Order: sequence, then C-alpha cells, then structure tokens
Amino acid sequence: MKTLTDNWSTYWEGFLGTLSLFAVSAVLSLVLGMVIAGFRVSPVRPLRAFGTVWVTVLRNTPLTLLFFIVVLGLPRFNITLPFYTFAVLALGCYTSAFVCESMRSGINTVPSGQGEAARSLGMSFGQTMGLVVLPQAYRSVVAPLGSVMIALAKNTAIAGSFSVTELLGTYRTINELGYSIIWTFVWIAVGYLIITLSISAVFNLLERRVAVSR
Amino acid sequence: MTVESSALYDIPGPKALARHRLYGGIALLLIAALIGWVVYMLFHTHQFTYAKWEPFEYQGVQDLLLRGLGNTLRAFGWTVLFALPFGALFAAGRLSDHRVVRWFATLVVEFFRAMPLLVMIFFVFVALKVQPLWALVAGLVLYNGSVLAEVFRAGVLAVPKGQREAAYALGMRKTQVMTYVLVPQANRAMLPAIISQLVVALKDTSLGFLITFEEFLHAGKLIATNLDYDLPFIPVVIVIAPIYIGMCLLLSWLARWVERRSRRSPSVRGGAPVAEAGVAMGLPPSAQQ
Repeated sequence: MKTLTDNWSTYWEGFLGTLSLFAVSAVLSLVLGMVIAGFRVSPVRPLRAFGTVWVTVLRNTPLTLLFFIVVLGLPRFNITLPFYTFAVLALGCYTSAFVCESMRSGINTVPSGQGEAARSLGMSFGQTMGLVVLPQAYRSVVAPLGSVMIALAKNTAIAGSFSVTELLGTYRTINELGYSIIWTFVWIAVGYLIITLSISAVFNLLERRVAVSR
Repeated sequence: MTVESSALYDIPGPKALARHRLYGGIALLLIAALIGWVVYMLFHTHQFTYAKWEPFEYQGVQDLLLRGLGNTLRAFGWTVLFALPFGALFAAGRLSDHRVVRWFATLVVEFFRAMPLLVMIFFVFVALKVQPLWALVAGLVLYNGSVLAEVFRAGVLAVPKGQREAAYALGMRKTQVMTYVLVPQANRAMLPAIISQLVVALKDTSLGFLITFEEFLHAGKLIATNLDYDLPFIPVVIVIAPIYIGMCLLLSWLARWVERRSRRSPSVRGGAPVAEAGVAMGLPPSAQQ
C-alpha cells in the first residue's frame, strides 16, 4: 500500500492551496468586518440597517448554501471568475459577519462610562473612539477573533469539496491513484492540525502581548 | 448599557442632522442601486419567467423539498440527542480528579475541535463506509459535542467558588457537589451558549449535501439542475435560503429569550453567563461557527 508520503509534491500543493485560500479570505474578512462594524455603530440609519441585515443574513446562512449560490449562481448572471476568486468571496463575506460581531462584543466590554467621560471632556466621536474606546477594546477582540480565524481555516475545507486545489481536493486525486484511505486521512488531519494550532499559537501570543496585568 | 448607546454622540444639532441626512441619502441611493442591479440582473436573465417558477406548483417538487427539509431536521434531531450527553460526558472527564481520564478527555475534545467538520464526515463516510445520514450525524456529534463539552466545563467553573466550598463544608461528596450544587446552577447560565451551538449544528447539517445525503440543499440542487424546469437555480435559492435563515433565527431568538429570562431570575445571579473558556492546549473555543 502506498501512502501519501511518497507523493509530497501533491500534498504540499494542497497544503499551500489551503494556506493561501485562508490568508486571502482572512484579509478580506477583516477589512469587510471592520467596515460593517463601523456601519453598525454609525449614526446614519440606512448604513446601520445595512450592517444589521448583512450580519443577520450571513450568520444564519449555512456556508454550504453560500458556496452553492456563489459558485453555481453567479455564473447565471454571466459573471465568470476563476473558482478561487469565488471561494475567497464566499469565505470572506461569510467570515466578515463573525469578525464584525467579535469587534462589537470587544467594544461592548469597555465600560460605557469611558465613552461618556471622553464625550463630556469635549472629545469628538472620532477622538472618543480612536483615543479612548478602541485602545481598550482591542485587547478583548483578540480572543474571539482567534476563534473566528480558526473556524475560517477549517471552513476552507468546504471550498475543497466544491473543487479547488486544497487539502481535501488533493485527497481525491490521491485516492484515485490507489493510496491507503486511512493514511491519507491521517496526513490530511496532520495538515489541518498544523494550520489550526499555528493560528491559535499566534493568537495566544497576541493575547499575552496585549493582556493587562491586573 | 453599552458604549454603543447614544452617550457616544450628542443629540445632533441642525447641521449634523442635515449631514446625517445627506449621508443617509447617499447610502440609501447606493443600497437601492445595488438592489436594483440585482433585480435587473434577475429579470435580464429571465429568472421570473413562469417556466422557472412552475415546478413549485407540482406536488412532486413540493414533496421533494419537504422530504429534504425533514431529513435536515432528522439529522439535526439525532445530533442534539447524541451531542448533549457526549458533551456532558467529556466535560465531566475534563473535570475529573484522575489524570489519565483528564488527559484522554482533553485530547479527544481538542482534536475534534481542531479538525474541519467536513474532513471528519468524509472520513466516516469514505473510510468507515457508513451510510450518509449516520456519517453526517457522527461528524456533527463529535464536533458539536466537543464544543459543548467546553461550554459545560466553563459553565461549571463559572459557578462562584463559595458554592462549591459551602457544599464540601456540609460534608457532601464530589458527586453530590456536582449533581446537587454545581450542575443545576451552571445549567441556567449555559443555556444560551448551548442553544447558539445548536444553531451552528443546524447550519452544518447542510454539509450532508456533499456526501449525497438527501437533505434540504440536496433537494434544492436536484430541482435547480433539472433541465425540464428550465434550470430554476435562482428561484430555488429564493425559496430555500429564507427557510434556512428563518430556522436559525428562530433558534437564535430562543437563545436570546432564555438569556433575558435567566438574567431576570434571582437564582442565577452571581453565576456570570458563560462566555468562552480558555483552553489548555490553546485552541480557543470556536463556539460561533
């Protein structure tokens, strides 16, 4: 029985595919999530409503359905992009809702007196946010954001089953070549463990860096 | 009271109001343009022709969708049934006094939380050659059960320390302390977190679609790819998506309602609501997706 280790190049390709899909989607979701979080606290009502709808819809839609819509649906509108772009779009939008919520919950951990005090000192909304609230909030954003990022890394697997170069997609190829199924899964598990544990290690480090000594 | 309350900006004066209205107007225009473009595209690609919507009038198609929805709910039901005891068992294992038991439980919980759910489902389906429904349920139980184990453990640890000490001081044994004092108090505080994890499980049943389990999304795909019905892809999405979103919102709403109720009841006060627990091996609990 051959195992995956005889075929490093394919495995490596899948591993890097997963990593790059994760990295690009992560950047997109962080940017989008911040923008939407900004919408949700803005005094402009239509923007607030848009943010609320965005988060509610995406948090309550299965990611599989989202892929289903983006991958099979957008081409109906004669929008044809490479699959990778579709995958990043679906993952990024989906994750942005969770990023947005982590940020909001982080902002909510700052005692409301802080904001009020800043306002009563005559600071503008921007100053209050930028100089008082956010510097205190970002500490409590790190932990939930870590969870969100790990979930994103795991969700890249779903993209694979909609056929993209990625660990699970690699598994199919390898299976067709007659490798042992169990060992293939073991190696896939190792790949994902490396990725998820690295992400959580990075976030643990960040958490220690920003921790307040009380 | 949160920071987001109105204390952050003053009640806008006439100038600010005018500015907000301007921004609001621009935002509304943009959103309207976006919606308009989507609707235009839908019409432009003939999504609202009778042919594409006709299938929903057929008894057979309705049955297919209902059967799919039933299968989704069945997988969800089995998952809830098995995941809750699984979570309780492994939470107890992680809180055990015996090192071996603790290590074993930790290893299991951490591993299943670090693995993509889809990989586990595939493994049970492909390598162990299990039927689609049970492969899906097995994966869902392992993953959500592990997350629930963390929720339970955090809940028990969040009960104020004095409760445990008082119970021991009365001469109760560990089992009694757990069953009579800690778990009942933890339960109330944990309920919202448990329900939001169930929302995750409900959403994840749609992964069954990828291992040919005939659930809701699968039924949708069958209809959407049917040439006889003129490939009614968009109509299918318009029918299916709101149902998924509605089901999840219902559960989320239930979680919020429970939370509000428990906050009012005096017996839970003191036990902080369980947010998320830190973890030994360093995987933060991903109790949101």
